[in-house]
Amino acid sequence: MSSYDTESPAPRRRRPWTAVERALAAIGLSGKALVIAAPAIWLTVFFLIPLLVVFGISLTVKQFGRPPYTPLLTNEDGTVQLTLHLNNYIRLFTDGLYVSAYVSSIRIALISTIITLCIGYPMAYAIARAPDQWRNVLLMLVILPFWTSFLLRVYALTGFMRGNGVINQFLGLFGIEPLVMMQTDFAVYVGIIYSYLPFMILPLYTNLVKLDSVLLEASADLGAKPLRTFLTITLPLSMPGIIAGSMLVFIPAIGEFVIPSLLGGPSTLMIGRVLWDEFFGNTNWPRASAVAVAMLIVVVIPIMLLQKAQDAVQDRERTK
Amino acid sequence: MRRGWFIPIAASLGFAFLYAPIISLVVFSFNESNLVTVWSGFSTKWYGALLADRQLLDAAWRSAQVAFAAACIALVLGTLCAVALVRFRKFRGRTVLAGTASAPLVMPDVITGLALLLLFVAMEATLGWPAGRGLLTIIIAHSTFCTAYVVVVVQSRLSDLDLSLEEAAMDLGASPIRVFFDITLPIIAPALVSGWLLAFTLSLDDLVIASFVSGPGSSTLPMVIFSKVRLGVSPDVNALATIIIGIVALGVLGATLFQLRSRPRKMRA
Repeated sequence: MSSYDTESPAPRRRRPWTAVERALAAIGLSGKALVIAAPAIWLTVFFLIPLLVVFGISLTVKQFGRPPYTPLLTNEDGTVQLTLHLNNYIRLFTDGLYVSAYVSSIRIALISTIITLCIGYPMAYAIARAPDQWRNVLLMLVILPFWTSFLLRVYALTGFMRGNGVINQFLGLFGIEPLVMMQTDFAVYVGIIYSYLPFMILPLYTNLVKLDSVLLEASADLGAKPLRTFLTITLPLSMPGIIAGSMLVFIPAIGEFVIPSLLGGPSTLMIGRVLWDEFFGNTNWPRASAVAVAMLIVVVIPIMLLQKAQDAVQDRERTK
Repeated sequence: MRRGWFIPIAASLGFAFLYAPIISLVVFSFNESNLVTVWSGFSTKWYGALLADRQLLDAAWRSAQVAFAAACIALVLGTLCAVALVRFRKFRGRTVLAGTASAPLVMPDVITGLALLLLFVAMEATLGWPAGRGLLTIIIAHSTFCTAYVVVVVQSRLSDLDLSLEEAAMDLGASPIRVFFDITLPIIAPALVSGWLLAFTLSLDDLVIASFVSGPGSSTLPMVIFSKVRLGVSPDVNALATIIIGIVALGVLGATLFQLRSRPRKMRA
């Protein structure tokens, strides 16, 4: 096995990094420690500690001043006092707004994920079964929106669904009354499905392209109808792709802010938007922090469940 | 196997759904009227209006700077992290590092933004750094979440890498650092390029995190677009979107062609 920590004789030829290595060794640092330390320190300072700060501030209450929250630690006559407030969490459970925002975020994310799966699956299947020269083109067509701006694609939808937008003009040709689509939950569903469709297709494609067509042919030869072949062979074998794709849609959709604020109406409650309004609108930093902590829990539970499902599928395949 | 009609039709409808809004956005960027969705004649005046919009141009330049810096920092940190995770099999805290490196991928933007802002405020109060919020804080925030994406890209390339090359170099007496720069780096270069590009695009596209950690006068391009779009549709945003989509389309097309060409001849169909 190779690793960089194997001791090796110093190279004869002088290269710039020989000097670097010597300098590091002189102050008692190995290259290996540095390689680990740089990302570890960065991620600790700018990812883990901020989460702890959020948790800390969620236990304070709003006050006027800078910073706009009560201090956690106070120093009175030489004794340090720790003051924790649970008010924010109590409000999360007692105020109907928060509970229904969490529930409706999960509902919207779940329904959108299922519809995205239903649209994405045939697309991934068609790409995986397409002739070689077509496959790359189709795959490129899926990846292209993935690289273009998320915000601009949501904006493209607004022009499409507006009162005098493309859809209504098209319907108007047939004398159909304009539909109200913008600023409804319907628009939010369309927005999530539209934005996250590539995230569903790509993992499904990588899974389906590996599927051995011999299995499908064998099933057809033995007289199974296409639907039966699909249900008994293709679908179970593509389970890891389905789970991976669903995770990539469901999890970011729960915390979505841009889509509900551009496409949704005032009655569209999503937790990402509630957090945003709490922070920017009410400048209630402690409440926003408590919303974030609860949201983290709501996001982590489905991740753990899906991870477990993924592991179970893999275990089953290994024992086969 | 008999080819059914369902899959091709469903897939075509899917692609139509994916592209119809983008195509209509591009078409209406050439519209004469300022009603974004009613056609009244061909015009390129919105492209001209775009060039005259200082606020938008400043924000675009700011975003480009932030994205460039964040992508470079994320590339270095992400590559180091991927090397540590793939090559150093056992070290204390490996699972924690692996978890921390992939957690930003699933963290909702609003939480990342809020958490970093609260950190910056607390740091300013206790350490006096960073003084205020602006480009620096946006760069730090973007580097952090982009690192996670670079780790994924580089990690998958590194674990496919044939170890015997590195072992041979090591046996011939090359130092670990030399092995990395002379052997490993050239081989994983394509992954580094795509990791950097991914980080650059993600940073350029981020609205939520930047909104939390930016200060007065440091609005990035997505923030300016968002405030314009929130007030209603504006044709100059269509023009801007068309330019961005054009650049991305050329980039993706170029990368795909390059990949097809650089593939060994016998593998081509």
